Amino acid sequence: MNPLTYEKATSSADALERHDGDAAKFLGAGTNLVDLMREGIATPTRLIDVTGLAQGIEEQSDGGLRIGAGVSNTAVADDTTIRAEYPALSRAILAGASAQIRNMATVGGNILQRTRCSYFYDVAGSRCNKRTPGEGCDAIGGFNRAHGILGVSDSCIATHPSDMSVALSLYDAVINVEGDQGTRSIPINDFYVLPGDTPDIENQLNPGELIVSVDLPAPSANRRATYRKVRDRASYAFALVSVAGSLIIEDGLVVDAGISLGGVAPKPWRATEAEAAIVGSPPIEETFRNAAQIALADATTQPGNVFKTELAQRVIVAVLQDLAGDAQ
Amino acid sequence: MTNIKPNSSSHKSDPNRRQVLAGSAAVAAIGAFGLPVGAQTTAAPAASGAFASLGVPHIRRDGAEKARGGAKFAAEYSYPGMVYGALVYSTIARGTITSLETAEAEAAPGVVLVMTHENAPRLERPEPFYSSPTGMAGSSTPVMQDAEVLWNGQPVAVVLASTQEEADHAATLINVAYEEAEAVTSFDVAAESAQTSFYAGRDLLIEEGDAETALADAEVSIDLSFNTPAHNHNQIEPHAVTVLWQDGILRMHDCSQGVDLSAITIAKVFGISPAEVHLSAEYVGGGFGGKTVWQYHILAAAASQLADRPVRMSLTREGVFRICGARAPTRQRVALGSDREGRLTSLIHTGTTMKIENNSMTEPFFEQSEHMYRADNMHLEIRAGTMDMLANTFMRAPGAATGTFTLEVALDELAERLAIDPIELRVRNEPEVNPTTGRAHSQRALVDAYREGARRFGWIPRSGQRQGYREGEWQVGTGMAAAYYPYKRFPGGAARITLNGEGGALIETAAADMGMGTTTATAAVASERLGIPYDAIEVRHGDNTLPGALIAAASQQTAAIGASLTAAHEVLLAELASLVPATSPLHGLPAAELGTAEGALYSLADPQQQIPLVDLVALSESGTVSAEAQGGPISEWTQDWSMHSTGAVFTEVRVNSVTGEIRVPRITAIYDCGKILNSKLAESQFRGGIIMALGMTLMEGASFDERNGRVMNPSFGSYYMPTHLDVPHIDVGWTDIPDPQAPTGARGIGEIGMSGPAAAIANAIYDATGKRARDLPIRLDALM
Repeated sequence: MNPLTYEKATSSADALERHDGDAAKFLGAGTNLVDLMREGIATPTRLIDVTGLAQGIEEQSDGGLRIGAGVSNTAVADDTTIRAEYPALSRAILAGASAQIRNMATVGGNILQRTRCSYFYDVAGSRCNKRTPGEGCDAIGGFNRAHGILGVSDSCIATHPSDMSVALSLYDAVINVEGDQGTRSIPINDFYVLPGDTPDIENQLNPGELIVSVDLPAPSANRRATYRKVRDRASYAFALVSVAGSLIIEDGLVVDAGISLGGVAPKPWRATEAEAAIVGSPPIEETFRNAAQIALADATTQPGNVFKTELAQRVIVAVLQDLAGDAQ
Repeated sequence: MTNIKPNSSSHKSDPNRRQVLAGSAAVAAIGAFGLPVGAQTTAAPAASGAFASLGVPHIRRDGAEKARGGAKFAAEYSYPGMVYGALVYSTIARGTITSLETAEAEAAPGVVLVMTHENAPRLERPEPFYSSPTGMAGSSTPVMQDAEVLWNGQPVAVVLASTQEEADHAATLINVAYEEAEAVTSFDVAAESAQTSFYAGRDLLIEEGDAETALADAEVSIDLSFNTPAHNHNQIEPHAVTVLWQDGILRMHDCSQGVDLSAITIAKVFGISPAEVHLSAEYVGGGFGGKTVWQYHILAAAASQLADRPVRMSLTREGVFRICGARAPTRQRVALGSDREGRLTSLIHTGTTMKIENNSMTEPFFEQSEHMYRADNMHLEIRAGTMDMLANTFMRAPGAATGTFTLEVALDELAERLAIDPIELRVRNEPEVNPTTGRAHSQRALVDAYREGARRFGWIPRSGQRQGYREGEWQVGTGMAAAYYPYKRFPGGAARITLNGEGGALIETAAADMGMGTTTATAAVASERLGIPYDAIEVRHGDNTLPGALIAAASQQTAAIGASLTAAHEVLLAELASLVPATSPLHGLPAAELGTAEGALYSLADPQQQIPLVDLVALSESGTVSAEAQGGPISEWTQDWSMHSTGAVFTEVRVNSVTGEIRVPRITAIYDCGKILNSKLAESQFRGGIIMALGMTLMEGASFDERNGRVMNPSFGSYYMPTHLDVPHIDVGWTDIPDPQAPTGARGIGEIGMSGPAAAIANAIYDATGKRARDLPIRLDALM
């Protein structure tokens, strides 16, 4: 870790005021940033602590919820409204990390986790285009069991590690940001940027911009949703594949479907074409199998993660069948 | 009355014995065990009340200090002027350092010293295991003596600074350039030139009869291949040492498994006398075979000498992965031939493993196959290739951990082919005497362990048909396997007993307590041997100035301590005899006719004739009576008997039919390890081994990138081990039959838990799914 200064912001305006360029970073709980600093990947010389800001979970006039960026993951997962109206979000959070980390981690920080890869973390010994654009990617041809099969590129195959963001993607959450240029709102499904040949850029946030809250649209009546995570041990492991799914069934037909995938892409992967293929069809296995195939049609695998294509399809089908069963 | 002589019938019976045992669920069930009556009665301790020590579940003596945070580990000692060390590791597998840019690091805040091969003191090569009787190093690779790089992760620079943070930061400022040489980092390439290897002084080749022909001629045969990966050590305490050169003595607070051997090995590197090294390790946060001598010790001491400052060198988790040894990968073949009744006509267990050039440690994965089953023909052989990698080394149950996996899966497959229950197949091949040496078993009740395990687990006998069933998405199955680990006792054990004037005793021995409860067990053994209450026994250990050169390895330290105490007790009896006043009926009796019990010296011939020990101690000039001796010859296992621990492991496994996820909801294991000295410690040791084996089976493995020899998962975040949620209820029990040939009757329990579960789980997976998994770790994609 390089030498740095630490200061605590008293408000989001104060935090923005203190942020004076690339060498400064906002610090949430630090569950990812401090890790990256210890590894020498992130090298800020000025940390502006924003924990304690933006703490509330508030109902909005349109029936939705606004979650402060500083709310802990545990508080979101435990919130009675979220458990009742956005169950996939609560479940996704509880499937992530450990209780200790969830108690610390903030909503804003969770969204902003860097994509994960052991070669990205090996500053001394491995090449990584995210750290040093253009130097090459050692994950390709190396160990890539954890890596992505959708939305990846020749320069980066890392996956986004968040469980929470997969559920936020399912619920079409909107991220509210403050910065020098004022405030703006970005749908989470537009927030993340695919690696292409600039894998060092992971999202639309500009330097100095701060996530202040996340909005959840009003819940839809009769919508059933859940989250299922598959990993290499029972807890404290990143998803190999995870699925946030939802269905609304009326008169024996699906009228609304949601599928967002984790563990397979550089961002929460919303399978919109697959969703569209379900709508209007009966909620039966054949419908879901067809959708799962559509969702993974563009998968590009590495030797270490070939199994993810089939696994993701199976989990999509199982999740939707569960939801369809619940609805009947 | 005599003290603890296993299988002697002269023990005083203790009416409280059952009640004591009833407190331990695991032991209580032994009551229904159907063991020979003699086995039950001889298990009773020699003394009663405050004197009852063996078999009593004393809590760990170090437990409270650790819970309070009061136990001081190697990285928690401080000295005035102490500086902190950080290491820079190589990023190539083989080659030469062409330049080291250190100026920026040297100018960084707080930096006291940057040491490289260019300014390091001249040092001898460390002596690795088996290169001398005292070799304790993982390899003989020179420590920062030249520009040559021999593995990816080798230390190439040391930074000392006023704080750990400053040292860590400065280490990142050092730029190293290399000229890479061709490295062997591919298992396949190295295997091409693998040679039949040796381990612990013998060739890893045993041939009896013509196993290949017998296999070809067998009425039923199977021929299987297995792969197991490298495993890195992950003790909860990362390796650390605090070093001080003072008054001609190199003082080291270490986390060693063998303080004397570490001190001697380090002394030789610095060309000083072992008496000039004072190395202690009172508390060690886990060892498992990895807390030996690695480069960090030597680099810390060398840098401390160069900087003339005390140094604390506490490795990061990545540092442990880069420099502190790993279990070698293996590729194994197990082929079994039998007649239709399951009698083995051929047992072939061969394969290839990897080692480094500068050590003599070949993973001995065929050892259980030597000793577990009779077979008319055998071919056991291990070839070792040489790779440019981190030194391979000992890791809990070396050999047996992966060797029992492959052998016991093969037996399960053979049982299925024969349509014989897997327990029955094993019983039919249970050897009367050791199958390869012909020696008699000192004690062996494996069949009882199978029967008791089957009863407690609810084993459903099978004859070629899977018993697995389905519960929703989950496929459920059961499996079993045998466990194995050899008895050993190394030379070098010694102990000093000092009786004080208050009726207590001090036991001093240079043994290590890595968290398994050495001091607790030693106090109990001493209490029984001396006839002094457990609570009046103090144990000092973990310091090379104490008697003996013990090592906590190969599950043998307790036996070594027991033998040392027996020998020291004999000397003590002579000392006490010399103090007996002329007026006493005991006067003139030789030591051989005396014993100690219940705080007194007494006549073996007439136990009513006794003198309180405190009275004798009061007669001594110094106010204490002290005796020191080395443990007796180790011929019981090297020449005389077949001494091996065994066990039976049963598991239930659930495999998700959608995802392939594997869960293990239930494990039962019954061990035959001789006398169990402390049921609480034993349960913990067995369970710990089983949990470690669970990790090896389902998730553990070094991601060794064969392109450059670099381990790519050097952290808890990416090197998976079981979490609490992965660990099921584990029911453990034991036969508790003292081994008449082992000191204290105990054969050692530290490692056997690591053998057995892998095969039992793999066999249960087959029972659940019909899929055979022969490569570790068994992960979900293998079962989808």
